[in-house]
Amino acid sequence: MKPVIEIEKLSKLYRLGARGAGEDFWALRDVSFNVATGDVLGIVGRNGAGKSTLLKVLSRITQPTSGRARLRGRVASLLEVGTGFHPELSGRENIFLNGAILGMRRAEIARKFDEIVAFAEIEQFLDTPVKRYSSGMYVRLAFAVAAHLEPEILIVDEVLAVGDAAFQKRCLGKMTEVARGGRTILFVSHNMSAVQTLCGRAVLLEKGSVAAIGEPAEVLARYLERGGEDASTWTRDETATTRPLQFTSARANLDGTTLHLDLKMRSTARHRPSFIAVDIASGLGQVLMQALPRATPFITDAHPEHALNLTIALPPLIPGHYTLTLWAGPHNTETLDAVERALSFEIETSPTADRTFSHSANHGHIVPPSTAEYRPGALVAASALCEP
Amino acid sequence: MAELSTPQHEVLIENRSGWFRIEARELWEYRDLLVLLVRRDLLARYQQTLLGPLWHLLQPVLTTLVFALVFSRFAGIPTDGVPAPLFYLCGLLGWNYFAQNVVGSGGAFINNQQLFSKVWFPRLIAPMAIVAANLITVALQLVPFLAFFAYYKLFGTSAGNVHLGWSALLAPLPLLHLAALSLGIGLCLAASTARYRDAMHLTQYVVQLWLFATPIIYPLSHVPERWGWLIRANPVSAPIETLRWCLLGRGTIDPGALGWSVGVTVVLLFAGVFAFQNAARSAVDTV
Repeated sequence: MKPVIEIEKLSKLYRLGARGAGEDFWALRDVSFNVATGDVLGIVGRNGAGKSTLLKVLSRITQPTSGRARLRGRVASLLEVGTGFHPELSGRENIFLNGAILGMRRAEIARKFDEIVAFAEIEQFLDTPVKRYSSGMYVRLAFAVAAHLEPEILIVDEVLAVGDAAFQKRCLGKMTEVARGGRTILFVSHNMSAVQTLCGRAVLLEKGSVAAIGEPAEVLARYLERGGEDASTWTRDETATTRPLQFTSARANLDGTTLHLDLKMRSTARHRPSFIAVDIASGLGQVLMQALPRATPFITDAHPEHALNLTIALPPLIPGHYTLTLWAGPHNTETLDAVERALSFEIETSPTADRTFSHSANHGHIVPPSTAEYRPGALVAASALCEP
Repeated sequence: MAELSTPQHEVLIENRSGWFRIEARELWEYRDLLVLLVRRDLLARYQQTLLGPLWHLLQPVLTTLVFALVFSRFAGIPTDGVPAPLFYLCGLLGWNYFAQNVVGSGGAFINNQQLFSKVWFPRLIAPMAIVAANLITVALQLVPFLAFFAYYKLFGTSAGNVHLGWSALLAPLPLLHLAALSLGIGLCLAASTARYRDAMHLTQYVVQLWLFATPIIYPLSHVPERWGWLIRANPVSAPIETLRWCLLGRGTIDPGALGWSVGVTVVLLFAGVFAFQNAARSAVDTV
């Protein structure tokens, strides 16, 4: 049986800067791999490694500069939730419109309409314009439409980063179900556990080329161990329309054990007063702690742009690579924006100055300050304990 | 879960340039999207307005009344013996359709930038939906036209000069002609704005001036002999006069001018589709 997706030396060149004077940038360089029917392939890589460009080329949004890809089957791609939603139209109208934009026939949408509405849990708001929806409802509706697509090939970009945790879980469940139905899925995510549970294979992209392909566990290990590139700054490459409040850029600066973060945010639509949180994870992706700085007052939509300076006093961490995930929302169950592993920092020296042997993550990442008082030969009140 | 059909679709993605190419099969597969986009345009245009869809009808009526006052009463420009408001309203039906199509489809890449960068569908669907939605607006605008017509037929002094006969059934032809012409021009514009925005700013201005080179506020029969060639060379003139002939029984059907206009339309439509399809391949990277 022929592979459902055949990618042959796919390359994409972008010209940056002014016309004529710009420099060239290869977003993809000779990418080749095949995907078999029913495969769920995870695509991982750092920001700017070419993941999004690859999905855009495979979704026919932009043309490759050279090389070719052959896709055998109906393709639906989901690069954003709620693409083409019209704020003035009702939930009902938008289900049909969005479904058709994603390539569904009208009859097909009508057949699945009740299922979509039930999945999104918006029954009583079906005839309300979606501009009056909460961001959670909006995302649920948008994903519900997409989850009911039945293409032979489904291409999904980081759309799971929005929405609350419970809904994210249901989306993952729905996608697993789709995969079991024999559909081929290409899945880009920074959510490592999602990639590991969902995908049968994974591809690691680095600077536009395939750096590894194979078992997700191996590819992920490779990805995480190479995570040490400079990632002290992060900038959002495009405006995410579905997020009323979003991070636009971030910069981390480590000074001893004090971490300074400069965050820039933008309000693009109405949203509830929100706060931010920063998850600190080990290089292997295990979340170690969360910093929850109190912004007083909360971030509101009264201003379009916001700047925050955070100071985080880190506990004593063993040397190694750590990543930061930025989160914003009005409540811990409602996410407005989450940027997984946006930044990273490196701890170079041991928190224990006179330590003579190396640290191991097997014994945790945090070395709590501890002292011991040693009194040679002392019997600690043994007689008192034995008193009848 | 439903059995997967054997994939009949095979998509080859590679760098293509050059030839005239329409994704005919895919346009047909996405026909429901066309219908839904038309629906969206019509529903969303006047949301949260008190008068709602009445705006579709009011706009040409108000323009007509102003024209009747200024050009007919003040300036005394004749209107082929037809009551001035009827004459202007009929011309404006055709002209507004043309102008709105040009501006709307000309902005296909710029207005759909966000959508086009996130999902693929045959790009031609977007300008086609605009032309189709505007056609429905024209159909709605026939209601005030018929009301004006009935008024002048019943109470007007020059009632004998207007006829609504069998020729009215031919009215879709000049409208179709205008649709094809405006789509051709709009597609060319869209293709050029994908790279340089200049055309976008020019369009508004040119469309405004173009109105005066088209027999909307004056009949073709009233144009001085030495300038007639200019108005006839304007490809919008012939379908406007034809439309007036269909709906009012008055107008100049000049076979030469009509033939010229049809020829220009065909050329522009082909050029437009070619330019648009070419621009669509790289628009996401350049808009």
